[in-house]
Amino acid sequence: MPMTVTEKILAFHCGKKEVAPGELINAKVDVVLANDITAPISIKEFRKAGAKKVFDKTRIVLVPDHFTPNKDIQSAEQSKLLREFAKEHGLTNYFEVGRMGIEHALLPEQGLAVSGDVIVGADSHTCTYGGLGAFATGVGSTDVAAAMITGEIWFKVPESIKFVYYGKLRKWVSGKDLILHTIGDIGVDGALYKAMEFTGEVIDRMDMSGRLTMANMAIEAGGKNGIIAPDDTTREYESGRAKRRPKFYKSDKKAIYAAVREYDCSRLEPQVACPHLPENTKGVSELSHINIHQSVVGSCTNGRIEDLRIAAKVLKGRKVHPDVRMIIIPATQAIYKQAMKEGLFNIFIDAQAAVSTPTCGPCLGGHMGILAKGERSIATTNRNFVGRMGHPESEVYLANPAIAAASAVLGRIGSPEELK
Amino acid sequence: MKLKGNAWKFGADIDTDAIIPARYLNTSEPSELAKHCMEDSKQPDFIRTMKKGDIIVADKNFGCGSSREHAPIAIKAAGVSCVVAKTFARIFYRNSFNMGLPIFECPEAVDGITQGDAIAVDAEKGIIKNLTTNKTYQAAAIPPFMQELIAAGGLMEWVKKKVA
Repeated sequence: MPMTVTEKILAFHCGKKEVAPGELINAKVDVVLANDITAPISIKEFRKAGAKKVFDKTRIVLVPDHFTPNKDIQSAEQSKLLREFAKEHGLTNYFEVGRMGIEHALLPEQGLAVSGDVIVGADSHTCTYGGLGAFATGVGSTDVAAAMITGEIWFKVPESIKFVYYGKLRKWVSGKDLILHTIGDIGVDGALYKAMEFTGEVIDRMDMSGRLTMANMAIEAGGKNGIIAPDDTTREYESGRAKRRPKFYKSDKKAIYAAVREYDCSRLEPQVACPHLPENTKGVSELSHINIHQSVVGSCTNGRIEDLRIAAKVLKGRKVHPDVRMIIIPATQAIYKQAMKEGLFNIFIDAQAAVSTPTCGPCLGGHMGILAKGERSIATTNRNFVGRMGHPESEVYLANPAIAAASAVLGRIGSPEELK
Repeated sequence: MKLKGNAWKFGADIDTDAIIPARYLNTSEPSELAKHCMEDSKQPDFIRTMKKGDIIVADKNFGCGSSREHAPIAIKAAGVSCVVAKTFARIFYRNSFNMGLPIFECPEAVDGITQGDAIAVDAEKGIIKNLTTNKTYQAAAIPPFMQELIAAGGLMEWVKKKVA
């Protein structure tokens, strides 16, 4: 029976030759992940179940990244729980402040997530690792507690939707724009319970950073996972980095899809998702009347070095508009160091942007850039729900780093092409 | 299990940030989370005016967004007896079963219920009765494996039996 890449990974992890959509399986997990918001509940459930040890102390990754460096006493207490649990169980992959990064940028970078893996995380953007050709999906804290004990998790094998991207991308158009455009096309539940498989010549040419961005936002279309079959780009990215041997799977030519959607991307302009759903996408040129108060470049979606380079390219020799606060957040310590080495921080600081230590921070309205009532932010983050970045009457517009940087200079939503 | 309460109607794509805003996630204490349940929704006074046993009735894709289990925890701790929606987002659906919040998929019931209607739900049979209009609806069957989880007393109890 022909299978999709998702089906092949799941079949391997439940010890079967083949699986079909709808089938219920118990899969072995390669990595179990949780953060400072979700792990406390997992730890509580773990203890309540009377568990004495984790299934494998090298395969549980705890990253305090959401409210860190801790913003208040309560969040400090939560991080402390993770720290103590990691010590108690001798977890080898606990990432403390100063050694950490936003989890979904950190795991690929550190080679902890590799092609062919099954990864579950108590964070909805766990689907990011699909960019490497892994099956990765967000689950709740209780699911993570169970997986920490057993090393397994139950899944219903999802149907797959195939997305095919043709053409040549215009300048300033990136993976972020393709995924925003796709969510705008199918809606925030357009891929509910399904695997989103991204394919086509545009994906073939896309760098790993763009692929991770696309897989990252599969959840914003309701998807169970996003996935891109690994290729030479993946091989190159994982070389010298992967902590385990990657396994490359690809979909059979005759694999069965619930739907196939094709996009000619040659004429696509940078996309912006308007409040208050990621599906409210428009071309950037339609939004030049929208003034902004803040611009954020960062997050698990777009806080990688490639994103910072793009922002720097736009900001070089320019100043952030007097009415705008610009906040730039490198997603990991390694990215931070690299950006510093490349002189990007000089460009950012000369442009009068603030540069922060790695944190999820403002993306989920945690800290480091909360909006007041009536304020508006453009952001390279992933969600623009009501109150996502602060006051329930504030607004978030989602875009790529070039648009976020250009808008910061213009004081309104706009593209680098509009800068003098 | 027989559930009974008045309906609170919500629209489509109610996200987890509306159910429990992230600014309150510096704790996982159910009673604290409950205080802010639905605070960023179109009915911010929900928690102050709802009564124990009341039922959330929502359009499609309820619980989309974050994987935070704090969302079903906040709803349950608020005293909501169950959620009826046209569809649920995947992670929210899974979380609700895992932590024991009864949820039902039933588009017809959602269309046939208005704010404040008195509702009775037979949780085992998935029968939803609108006592105000005297109409009865059948929710989508709970998948057999999910029923096994419920019968075991939730995911962790099921796991305990498996590893024992």
